[in-house]
Amino acid sequence: METLLIEGSAKTPTIKFDAEQGIIEIKGRSIPENSIEFYKPLIDWLEKYSGKPKTNTIVNIQLEYFNTSSSKCILDVFKKLESINKGGQSQVIINWHYEEDDEDMSEAGEDYQAIINVPFKMVMVQE
Amino acid sequence: MQDVKNSEMLDIYEFYDKMERNKIMLSFKGDITSELLTSILQIMESKLDNLQEEPKIKKKVYNVLVECLQNLYHHLDVDLNDTSEKAKKYRSAIFMIGKIGTEYNIITGNYILNENVSSLREKLNRINVMSKDELKEYYKEILNNDEFSEKGGGGLGMIDIARKSGQKLNFNFVDVDEQFSFFSLNIKIS
Repeated sequence: METLLIEGSAKTPTIKFDAEQGIIEIKGRSIPENSIEFYKPLIDWLEKYSGKPKTNTIVNIQLEYFNTSSSKCILDVFKKLESINKGGQSQVIINWHYEEDDEDMSEAGEDYQAIINVPFKMVMVQE
Repeated sequence: MQDVKNSEMLDIYEFYDKMERNKIMLSFKGDITSELLTSILQIMESKLDNLQEEPKIKKKVYNVLVECLQNLYHHLDVDLNDTSEKAKKYRSAIFMIGKIGTEYNIITGNYILNENVSSLREKLNRINVMSKDELKEYYKEILNNDEFSEKGGGGLGMIDIARKSGQKLNFNFVDVDEQFSFFSLNIKIS
């Protein structure tokens, strides 16, 4: 299965979904006006990956900014990961990175943690 | 060369003076496009960097700015394909950001169909009486319902603005004509 690579832009994050290694990364900023369009290929990729996932799937989310339009799409990504984890073929862990003084980003992580049922680790990053 | 009419000069000075007194850093009036938002955000980001603003405040201002501007972009009540003069007028919006002392002020204004006024007013009033924890619960509830407005807004914008700014949403509606009102929002961040 091909690795999904999308280079980041002023409004969209860098994407690296690597099926060989079972590593899924979303980094940078996610503030597009139309987030559904941006996240569609990510969801499609996860759908395919869920058919034959690695034993361990490590998810790294390291966002500087994300808008509310992206927040629903990020939840969709997490729900796909939740169902992969539930299927038992892969153990999924989500690492939610936030900068030391960024309470809003840390709270956003807590919000997701409360909604989805996947091992969720809050990772503080020094600035 | 002759001086232009005095009244015109006074007019622009009045604008300038008003903006100066409100310490406006950036303002815009007109059509809100995706490219325009990208430019505004880039300008504001470098201005915040130049002010050597604390990362925490910078992030809050930037986040709220994104939501306010994208609200303008998503919630226009006029069809974008309508090229009539009237449609052009009601598609136009205004945006300003200023900083008085340590407090940032983000102000937006846009036309809204009269029939949509009461539901928006209700929503904002509902948000304004909520505590921090209630806002968090409300946000999670809306985030987790499967509805996505066709405009892609998702209904989370105002809740997020209230959470991040930590202050009440100041808003106003002005009657314009039998079809439209003018909605303004003033968000303070300090």
